[in-house]
Amino acid sequence: MSAHRGVAALGAGTVFGAGLALSQMTDPRKVLGFLDVAGDWDPSLLWVMGGAVTVALLAFRIVLRRAAPVCDAQFHVPTKTAVDRPLLLGSALFGVGWGLAGYCPGPAIASLGLANAETLWLLPALVAGAALQRWRARRQPG
Amino acid sequence: MPNWIALPALAGGLLIGGAAVLLLLFNGRIAGVSGIAGGLLAPEVNGTRLWRALFLLGLVLGAWGIVALGALAAPPRQGFPPLLLVIGGLLTGYGTSLAGGCTSGHGVCGLARLSKRSLVAVLVFVGVAMVTTFVVRHLWGLSA
Repeated sequence: MSAHRGVAALGAGTVFGAGLALSQMTDPRKVLGFLDVAGDWDPSLLWVMGGAVTVALLAFRIVLRRAAPVCDAQFHVPTKTAVDRPLLLGSALFGVGWGLAGYCPGPAIASLGLANAETLWLLPALVAGAALQRWRARRQPG
Repeated sequence: MPNWIALPALAGGLLIGGAAVLLLLFNGRIAGVSGIAGGLLAPEVNGTRLWRALFLLGLVLGAWGIVALGALAAPPRQGFPPLLLVIGGLLTGYGTSLAGGCTSGHGVCGLARLSKRSLVAVLVFVGVAMVTTFVVRHLWGLSA
């Protein structure tokens, strides 16, 4: 089962990475062009999100009718529903980082396949930021 | 095809949505990149390291494949301040870890699951990012 899950994840990741590059969401200029509503606005990101959410919205319902996924004994979907302080603060900090540099985590990683030197600065910092948050959460539970 | 449809963007979005469906169908997992990567920073539980690492490898291979097929024309951005990349990376890593998701987990998958929590997250990070970009480009004057 573990090997099957690995193959499935490799396939899904590859399709995901291809989608990011094809839609140019790996290009921070396209992302910042969307975020810059006061400039020469680029709506591309809306098309990307619209396409992705529509496919997932329709197909998730069908998939989740199954008793279990193909390669695992159960689904692992999030159970949290609370709109709490970590969600709001974390999203706001992410928003500042995204608006500054133009990379969210997917494109930052996918850019390793694009001979893009920027991600050599950004990605180690992204990992360090995530590690720092996990370390703080372990020290201050709850 | 009307010219207001950004075809590569829409096609890329359909692929991203399809990838999220594949991961849910086969592994029962949400295709949230920050969560998948973040799980590699945690102590190993229930043998999830392999699929997490392979998903991330796939992200790189998929992007590389589009370049190899010649479907990506634009060269990388040049001359952007490295300090902003580092600060942006730190905040993005810390923030998405704290919020439990990013553009893929809360954005694509959360919205598709009609999660109110994810909708709030998306509105906050897109709104704050728009304000940040406005400050950087129009008040501070950095145009890269």
